[in-house]
Amino acid sequence: MSTTGKAYIAGAWEHPTRKAVDKTLIQLHAENVKGALNDAGLTLQDVDGFFCASDAPGLGPLSITEYLGIHPTYVDNTDTGGSSYVLAVGHVAQAIAEGKCSVAVITLAGKPRTGKPNKGEGAFYDDPNCPDVPYELPFGHVIPNLYGMCAARHMHEFGTTSEQLAWIKVAASHHAQHNPNAMLPQVVTVEEVVNSPMISEPLHKLDCCVISDGGGALVVVSPEVAKSLNRPLVKVRGSGEAVKHLNGGKTDLTYSGAVRSGPIAFGQAGVTPADIKYVSIYDSFTITVLMTLEDLGFCDKGQGGRFVQDGNLISGQGKLPFNTDGGGLCSNHPGNRGGMTKVIEAVRQLRGEAHPAVQVPGCDLALAHGTGGYLGSRHGSATLILERE
Amino acid sequence: MKDGDTTRPARDAAPQWQTEDGALMIAECRDCGEPHYYPRVLCPFCGSENVAFKACSGRGRIYAVSVFRRADPPYALAYVELEEGPRMMTNIVDCDLDAIAIDDAVTVLFADRDGIPTPMFTPAAP
Repeated sequence: MSTTGKAYIAGAWEHPTRKAVDKTLIQLHAENVKGALNDAGLTLQDVDGFFCASDAPGLGPLSITEYLGIHPTYVDNTDTGGSSYVLAVGHVAQAIAEGKCSVAVITLAGKPRTGKPNKGEGAFYDDPNCPDVPYELPFGHVIPNLYGMCAARHMHEFGTTSEQLAWIKVAASHHAQHNPNAMLPQVVTVEEVVNSPMISEPLHKLDCCVISDGGGALVVVSPEVAKSLNRPLVKVRGSGEAVKHLNGGKTDLTYSGAVRSGPIAFGQAGVTPADIKYVSIYDSFTITVLMTLEDLGFCDKGQGGRFVQDGNLISGQGKLPFNTDGGGLCSNHPGNRGGMTKVIEAVRQLRGEAHPAVQVPGCDLALAHGTGGYLGSRHGSATLILERE
Repeated sequence: MKDGDTTRPARDAAPQWQTEDGALMIAECRDCGEPHYYPRVLCPFCGSENVAFKACSGRGRIYAVSVFRRADPPYALAYVELEEGPRMMTNIVDCDLDAIAIDDAVTVLFADRDGIPTPMFTPAAP
């Protein structure tokens, strides 16, 4: 059964906070859900599908649905790290296509700057039941060095340079200057990126995303509900998901799970990378973007450095505008999970509601991609192709 | 699988990286013949439970490395490709961190981590 055209994103809302000193985690979730429902023109009473991940406080969806006072007929809390919310849109589409629900909410919230670490924000490094932990914990694997190894290998195999990676940050900063909520709204240069402090070779401080509080929510609905609302129609045209891991020691750091999730999504949508007008690409680090663009087929493997350089990702200048909200590199990375904001900015672009300085003219087909977990060990990839009707 | 059979990876055991005579140990499948890392109760390539520890030469090459400069002192996280094939997460130690690179030849040494002899690698003598 194809789910193409069976689901529409009717509501999308991003929390404006980046440092939620006076808000609890559940309050952020509640504000996100209300915000997205208001955006769609729906209410809590309309919700019959509820999707969250492990950033939701309590056991799966139990405590959070109680807090919200909703009674969904379908719930899901699949967790693939920061890609969970991109992946969830595909799962919602399946549930709607099977008639299990018609108004589903997906929510993300996190307080890594101001809260106690919750299970969704923390690393899974020290879980004694996790089989890989004893084989990795003694070596001091942290997030920047796991990504640093991928960048180092990419440079070794393909000649990618720090300056090429820096162009990704430069493009994000060009977009962030127009986002009043962005944590890093200053435009930066390639020189500033490569001269920023080394964090984990070859990644500099400005190759890394920000850490922020906040979150967001999406409302995904059936075609019948979508057409009854006074909102632009943003259709879920294709979705794909994959898990990539170390594969028993046949480890290859030169590609991500996007090599599998991408073709599934493009195949379902019946389009190719050349058809896409705008992309939201998970940007935990600059290398994450570069490898993902290759893996999704926007350029050949190994050519990502050449593809992103000289402003090719800057809206209005380059051929493939990306992350026009400033992305995780400059705007926010709520709860250390950037998938939600990737979908939200893609919806803004398709509605024509992005900032005028970065709005892609005639944006009718967009892609959002999430990479959750760790690029250098195991991660969940999710690709979503959305169309403005 | 028999309990107490030390030739095979056990369900809940701490990592066993070293043979009794001091060699690096990984695992292999006795059915499909593929070596794998990390050791586990089944083969990740064919699913067979007929798996056993395998002694290695302790020689390999750096597949990927990142020196974490923000740490004090900095250290090198790496994947080393063993001569036997599998790539394993480890540290590159006892060396000039500015001088190590991908493809460098390395040899194993064992460091005590919480009472467990833990495999790390150092540049091989030229």
